[in-house]
Amino acid sequence: MNKYKFIGKDIVRIDGREKVSGAAIYGDDIDFGPNLLYAEIVSSTQAHAIIKKIDTRAAEKVEGVYKVFTGKDFPYKFGLYMKDRYIFAQDKVRFVGEQVAAVIGRTPQAAKKGAQLVKVEYEPLPAVTNQMDALKKDSVLLHPDLGEYPHVPWFFPKAKTNIAHWRKTRKGNPDQGFKEADLTLEDEYFVPRYAHCAIETHVAIGKYDLSGRLTVWSSSQSPHTQRHLFAEALAPMGLTHKNIRVIAPHVGGGFGGKAGVTMEILPAALATKLPGYAIKLRWTREQEFVNTYQRLGVVAKLKVGVKKDGTITALDHKIYWDAGAYVEYGANVVNAVGLSAIGPYRIPNVSIDSVCVYTNLPPGGAYRGFGYSEMLFGLESHMTRIAKKLGMDEVKFRLKNAIKESDTTAYGAEMNPNGLQQCIEKVAKEIEWGKPVKSKDPNKAIGKGFAIFWKAPAMPPNASSSAFLKFNEDGSINLIISGMDIGQGYQTVMAQIAAEILSVPPSKIRVETPDTDRNPYEWQTVASHITWSSGNAVKRAAIDAREQILSLVERVYCISKDQLYLEDEAVKCTTRKNFCLPLKDFVVNGIMTEDGTFKGGPINARGMFLPEFSSANSDPETSQGGHPNVHYTVGAGALTLEIDKETGKMHVLKAVEAIDAGQAINPDLIRGQITGGLLQGLATVLYEDMRYDEKGRLLNPNFTDYKIPTAMDVPDEIVPIIVEVPQPDGPFGARGIGEHTMLPAAPMIANAVEDALGIRIKSMPITAEKVAMTLLLKHKKSKS
Amino acid sequence: MAKIKFTLNDEIRTIDVQPNEILLDVLRDKLGTKSPKCGCDRGDCGACAVLLNGKSVRSCLVFAIEVDGQEIRTLEGISQPKLTKLQETFIELNSFQCGYCAPGVIISATELLEHNPHPDLEEIKEALSGNLCRCTGYTPIFDAIMKVSRKEKK
Repeated sequence: MNKYKFIGKDIVRIDGREKVSGAAIYGDDIDFGPNLLYAEIVSSTQAHAIIKKIDTRAAEKVEGVYKVFTGKDFPYKFGLYMKDRYIFAQDKVRFVGEQVAAVIGRTPQAAKKGAQLVKVEYEPLPAVTNQMDALKKDSVLLHPDLGEYPHVPWFFPKAKTNIAHWRKTRKGNPDQGFKEADLTLEDEYFVPRYAHCAIETHVAIGKYDLSGRLTVWSSSQSPHTQRHLFAEALAPMGLTHKNIRVIAPHVGGGFGGKAGVTMEILPAALATKLPGYAIKLRWTREQEFVNTYQRLGVVAKLKVGVKKDGTITALDHKIYWDAGAYVEYGANVVNAVGLSAIGPYRIPNVSIDSVCVYTNLPPGGAYRGFGYSEMLFGLESHMTRIAKKLGMDEVKFRLKNAIKESDTTAYGAEMNPNGLQQCIEKVAKEIEWGKPVKSKDPNKAIGKGFAIFWKAPAMPPNASSSAFLKFNEDGSINLIISGMDIGQGYQTVMAQIAAEILSVPPSKIRVETPDTDRNPYEWQTVASHITWSSGNAVKRAAIDAREQILSLVERVYCISKDQLYLEDEAVKCTTRKNFCLPLKDFVVNGIMTEDGTFKGGPINARGMFLPEFSSANSDPETSQGGHPNVHYTVGAGALTLEIDKETGKMHVLKAVEAIDAGQAINPDLIRGQITGGLLQGLATVLYEDMRYDEKGRLLNPNFTDYKIPTAMDVPDEIVPIIVEVPQPDGPFGARGIGEHTMLPAAPMIANAVEDALGIRIKSMPITAEKVAMTLLLKHKKSKS
Repeated sequence: MAKIKFTLNDEIRTIDVQPNEILLDVLRDKLGTKSPKCGCDRGDCGACAVLLNGKSVRSCLVFAIEVDGQEIRTLEGISQPKLTKLQETFIELNSFQCGYCAPGVIISATELLEHNPHPDLEEIKEALSGNLCRCTGYTPIFDAIMKVSRKEKK
């Protein structure tokens, strides 16, 4: 029985009508009038080079070109966790596509024409486009001054190397653990880079008015973090937080790509040199591919030891990340996985090295899953292989070793309550694990694949959320918050939380996209922390409003607050059945008393949340001692895969995914996340990868050559399963699930391919071509 | 510059355009019709789809000058005087997430249902195969179209 009125209900999205009618305003839809100028960026053609000379004369002569700017105009650094990035390249470029100059035009055409005429003279330097090469002693250094870069205290850069951060986690005695093992399996796994491919490309408009105030309209997951980074970077120009305002309209998909600051710094900085004008920069699809964050590439060396009975005794996980030319955000991906690369398993002896390596490729950064997908491809492939080697059913093996509440993580903190066992059991049942499926077509083979997953929000220990809530004359509510609805349903879920406390239906709650001048602080909409963190802030704001309401009624009617409660948009009383005071009668205009005076007034409430138990302080050699992760969300997935033995073409017949949401605030939205996230995950393994040539040029920067799934590519059946083991500090017990939905996809496919064909593919993507070629090789070998 | 005259969402519009101006840009920047979105600029994603004489086209691949004398319908036109049954069903089933692909998807689905009021799942997939969506996994979109299709049948 659901004890709630609005929590746990399939409420229709409150932004649905706006989006389906065409009313929703996205960044590029905002009109700025005739004083709008357009920026076109001149990008580096070199992966690594010294900028000898930039000749802008020809560009400046183009009709309609207003001005041209280069790095000399903006010698300022920025970065989220490490200040390793310049607004424009200074003396050096470090990846193909890096911003070198900007041409400002009255029209996009003029700006573009001008940009084509900017002549940049380069002196090429050796480029390193692979993390393993960048680790070699004789490798060229991308950042010779790395030792001087400011960074957060939990990063450990190695000066005079390409290692931007090295997260070491040590627990127990790995040597002893491997000695105790009856079986040890050691192997390497490879994961390439991926692109987010939100259908809306990045767009930002900067306007610096004549009073010295900077406003940036930005398609962003992070309006407050953007304001803060703009304020830091542009401080030398006299800008402060007070004079910077970020307005974030609807976002056409984020997936981590619109977290932090990437191209938005350009119109923000350019605007400061062009007072009175609005400056628009919109990435083309090609620029979106080459100059925003990308998912990091991975080489993982993994060794796991087990006893005959299936108990895992030790894990050694070395993960080398291709983090790109600037790692101000990406190094935290490396950090997060370095703490969590045991996966959702109970392992007594652990050694993890997660190494963030600079390469001459575009900057790596947040991508849905924040490194866990990359790590789990190897780990969950490996666990299946070990179970098989032991002759043990892999689901039983996982059930035996799956982490439970109060087990210790690799860094020594206790695991939170979770329903991992339930998830595994439910998925196994739904996919009919153990029951073989045979194709009627002799040319096709069918296999099943299983994987489990976990992920924690990766965030600074003081990342916070806050909420304002105000009532209107009709008893409707404006909930004023600063998280972004990037499609996950944030606005609806927050409305449901306020609705539950105040007994006002979500349909009477308006949640707008944020404006940093008017909405209270929110760190960022990342890390799948927003349901939990912002949800707690909203719940507190609603409780604050309820307190104000009940206190007022207590004062005016002399009824003890203990006897008052909210129901159906009214204040009611447990001891006086007929007492019913509709909220709309007093939440703005107060309550009239006998003498005609009014008591009370507009109800304006607030709430905030900061996880006060979290800490990033720990021993740099072992990671023991802190509490860097607030909690983990866990789950399991399985699928049935049909493969054409000649062409390698794969088709998912059925996919099942169970996730422990703590408390589903809106089950339909969770099912929607599973359906969408699973397809995005399947795409990374079946179709997509970013292909670079030896000169660091991306060969497939468009949707013709980088194929994301179409309507024709969906599994025949997807079964989402919601498990609910409450998160004690979550709003109504909820925790985040958005990113997690894509985590099991890649290893499930790898495991299903092996189940069907007996071949193990250890590098992503697992395309039809790769399956067919591997199969061919196997047949050749068995013949010879 | 050339003067063109065409019907946009039941209203006759006259406007000067350069011969190389793209319909998508003219609709958005000169006529204030913002529902068609730019996602790729080369016909891959379908976010800019509009109906040209009742048939869906990608407005990023059409020169504005080509629509002289023709009829264009965008999501703004479809949404008036009230949302269609299909749109209401999309809302009811939470079919969209970020919503950026929605205008194009609704154009394609509207076109499909006009010509084939009771499509099966394969026909729906085929009709939407030119509209990329990164959020939803498409299934909730199929579900809504199927629901409308079944309702109409009764």
